[in-house]
Amino acid sequence: MLEIITFSLLNGVVYGLLLFMVSSGLTLIFSLMGVLNFAHASMFMLGAYFSYQIGTWIGFWPALVIAPLLVGAIGAAVERYGLRHVHKQGHVAEILFTFGLAYLVAESVIMIWGRNPIENRVPAVIDFPAFLLFGTSYPAYKVLMMAISVGMFAFLYLAFRRTRLGLIIRAALTHPEMVGALGHDVPRIFVLVFAIGSALAGLAGVIGGFALLTEPSMAAALGPIVFVVVVVGGLGSITGAFIASMLIGIIQTFAVSLDYSLLDLLRVFHVVVSSDSAFHEVAAVKIAQAAPLIPYLLLVVILIFRPRGLLGRRDA
Amino acid sequence: MSESKTASPVPERRSGALLQWLERRKAWLFAAIVLIILPHVPGLDGNFGRSLLSQMGIAAVFALSYNLLLGQTGLLSFGHAVYFGLGGYAGIHLMRAINAGLPIPMPLVPLAGAATGLAFGMLFGALTTRRAGVVFALISLGVGELVFAAMRILQGFSGGEEGITANRGMGPHPFGLTFGPQLQVYYVIVFWSAMAAALMAAFLRTPAGRMCNAVRDNPERAAFIGYDPVRIRFVVFCVAAMFAGLAGGLHALNYEIVAAEAVGAGRSGTVLLMAYIGGVHSFFGAVLGAVTITWLQVSLSDYTTAWQLYLGLFFIAVVLFAPGGLSGLLLMHRPILGTRAFLHVVKSYAIAALPALAAAAGAIMLLEINYRRATQPDTGARMRLFWMDVDTSSVWPWLSAIALLAGGAFLFNRCRRLVANAWQQASDEARTVGGMQREPRP
Amino acid sequence: MKDARASRGCVLQLRDLHKRFGATPIIRGVSLDIDQGERHAIIGPNGAGKSTLFNLVSGLFAPSAGSIRLDGEPIEGFSPFEIYRRGLARSFQVTNIFPRLSVFENIRCSVLWSLGYRYSFKRDVAKLSDANARTGEVLEQIGMSARRDVRAGVLTYAEQRALEIGITIAGNARVILLDEPTAGMSRAEAARAVSLIRTISVGRTLVMVEHDMGVVFDLADRISVLVYGEIIATDAPTRIRENPAVRAAYLGTGPGNL
Repeated sequence: MLEIITFSLLNGVVYGLLLFMVSSGLTLIFSLMGVLNFAHASMFMLGAYFSYQIGTWIGFWPALVIAPLLVGAIGAAVERYGLRHVHKQGHVAEILFTFGLAYLVAESVIMIWGRNPIENRVPAVIDFPAFLLFGTSYPAYKVLMMAISVGMFAFLYLAFRRTRLGLIIRAALTHPEMVGALGHDVPRIFVLVFAIGSALAGLAGVIGGFALLTEPSMAAALGPIVFVVVVVGGLGSITGAFIASMLIGIIQTFAVSLDYSLLDLLRVFHVVVSSDSAFHEVAAVKIAQAAPLIPYLLLVVILIFRPRGLLGRRDA
Repeated sequence: MSESKTASPVPERRSGALLQWLERRKAWLFAAIVLIILPHVPGLDGNFGRSLLSQMGIAAVFALSYNLLLGQTGLLSFGHAVYFGLGGYAGIHLMRAINAGLPIPMPLVPLAGAATGLAFGMLFGALTTRRAGVVFALISLGVGELVFAAMRILQGFSGGEEGITANRGMGPHPFGLTFGPQLQVYYVIVFWSAMAAALMAAFLRTPAGRMCNAVRDNPERAAFIGYDPVRIRFVVFCVAAMFAGLAGGLHALNYEIVAAEAVGAGRSGTVLLMAYIGGVHSFFGAVLGAVTITWLQVSLSDYTTAWQLYLGLFFIAVVLFAPGGLSGLLLMHRPILGTRAFLHVVKSYAIAALPALAAAAGAIMLLEINYRRATQPDTGARMRLFWMDVDTSSVWPWLSAIALLAGGAFLFNRCRRLVANAWQQASDEARTVGGMQREPRP
Repeated sequence: MKDARASRGCVLQLRDLHKRFGATPIIRGVSLDIDQGERHAIIGPNGAGKSTLFNLVSGLFAPSAGSIRLDGEPIEGFSPFEIYRRGLARSFQVTNIFPRLSVFENIRCSVLWSLGYRYSFKRDVAKLSDANARTGEVLEQIGMSARRDVRAGVLTYAEQRALEIGITIAGNARVILLDEPTAGMSRAEAARAVSLIRTISVGRTLVMVEHDMGVVFDLADRISVLVYGEIIATDAPTRIRENPAVRAAYLGTGPGNL
């Protein structure tokens, strides 16, 4: 039992960190520009595909650096040559633009790598057992995933707190007009933040790509969960996004390992649901089966009891 | 959507009343006649044509219901298919019950869809309409995913990806109608679609409907003239969900199968595309978008597997260059219609269309070749493209495609000034003419 | 005048009203009685909290402490629409209209609730003769009949200000709050606005925030002076002019334009 709990917790933290890497970029972009980037999960997907491609050419370690940078460059281009022109038409047009973009990225991925999942295996250099726990080995790549996520956040945190640029970005988050009036190039800050956010998603794609399935629909699969994280955490709150990422990561990982259903619970109380009752099908669903539902159920619960999200301050 | 005629003059004699009634509704009557004749027009009188028309009718209702949210109330939903799909499931289950002997005529099936759409609209609407803007968009997406995941889990109810089927021909046959042939189903669909469109148009003319526009424009001020914006959003959300459910019921009747994708994000995205590409600022835009996109889906998917890519490109082009959608582009021409310079505008369009088509052909060649190589690498290097055999391993198709694209784009850019000049001329002329017409107003 | 007011009674009563944003107190214990049928102006230097006071009374913000009574009933913390339904309407300092609706639609939407149509979806607005007649009346009153089919978003600034007042008065509220109705207007436009306000305030209670002292002394029956979230004086215009505390507050901050 303890073994299951420990491993689920570890895996949950890895998954949660991954979610946070994607959702923190989304939150950063949203807070600064008010733009909800629907193509953000597409950047995650591009990271996975790029790292696979570059990995087959020149190996995993260079890919780990180059792929996120490439994705960041694409993000910068999207802001500079796309979003900036839609901006004057309002937020709905901006969202729709990124929505269309997500569509195009998925189709472009199909055009380049085909419709089927690619064999994005864990690179051999990091595919070895890291340590033994309860007689079971824990893979090194998961440890690496954790290390990279934590390292990246530490780096970004320091960069934001200690550098001049970080100071300007933090100021622009709350008072973009004032920062502009002080003579800083706000559009360039926008491009930069968009690039950073996209690169973060790209990096998550690199280390998440081989843990999940790398296929053209992976953006569509991850995107809604990331949006749930952002709403549950409170739109615009980085700390909220972190708590929600961990919450969803850990709960979902635990749920997958729970092979019980409502029927089992009812049986404890000596309630028997006959198999021809309409309720039977709902009651028979195992928690593990229902795991994909959990983020959305959490969303509904949060909306009922705390419509602004865990750490949301203002109404958007 | 603003209508300005407020008081209709009292008819002088009773016999004039009928004529006047007809006069006021001539657009609707004209549409009804067209819809009745359409499935007998050569080209559309086969099973394929009638099925296409049926699909367009369903899509039109769905897109109109979406327009109530986005166009009229400013609510951007990414989960509107929830109500469509659940309405569809209600429809298909009712059809199965009818198959099993329940004495209800098949044409009433869509009503079950509408009722289900309304019920779930009230349930989820109470949850989602408390917030507007970006948060509403995100929540609608979450609810969509929730219902989709639930439908995939509850296989017994939904049939999962495979779906569940029913037979629309098995049941009571009033007046000898079996509803087996596509033509009969078409008329059932047209009846309900026209009803739905008329009811939605009527809704927008009621106090609640007018306040939707007010809440879209300025929810804060709406609260200071006595209306609760959350309540208005909830009302319109329920109405939209009901008509989406009706469309879902029609879908069940038309296809005799409903699967989990009916509630999925893909369908939610498609209806958004339809409503937006058609134009959200006008009622008729949603219909235009539904008809156009359905036609593109059906016809393009015959020619190319990359049709979704074209649809995506088309959508982005509309967002970037024509935020009013197709109907916005059409309505833009109303002020200059009838001016002499209008002909110049049309002529400039025709000239600019040539390089545009060339560029598009070049782009399509490139995309098609790439797409083919990525998705069907085992079919070899030879493919048919624009009615020609093309060898994609040689350099010539690539070169000619790039030449077409670059040359077309270059020439098109030069033609833009031509179009702009013609427009300038036409709008100058329209302003002088229009100014004279508009002057005397008591 | 004073006796007539007393007999008609107090319609809006603020008692020890407080509002703070975070740690910053903006309204610091305001008590004020507005009498039935009077035209009451609230003046004060920038940042005194005049607009915040309006936002508390009209329900945009909930007060941190204190009570607001409309016709003797407590309304503090109510939503804007609930307060509106009890007969209090307001205008905004920054024009706050429905930009994509026509002028006519702007006004008609504003008369619907007061005529009892609520959330009805059974009736065609084109056939609501009372609503359309009332809309025409208001358009006539604010001098916008000729512009009725124009989209509100493309009106000139002065026209939008007039529409702003039209939206506020359309529902026949008994108490009207006008937030700087002549802000940004030229002399001629302001004069027209004053005569409009004079017409619409007949039979109603009017509270207004205004910077233009000409307008204030022209229109108001009584004036309250708000300084740093507190009312330092409430009196008839002539007496306010002579009030030493007011003179100190104003002379201390700006030119002595009283």
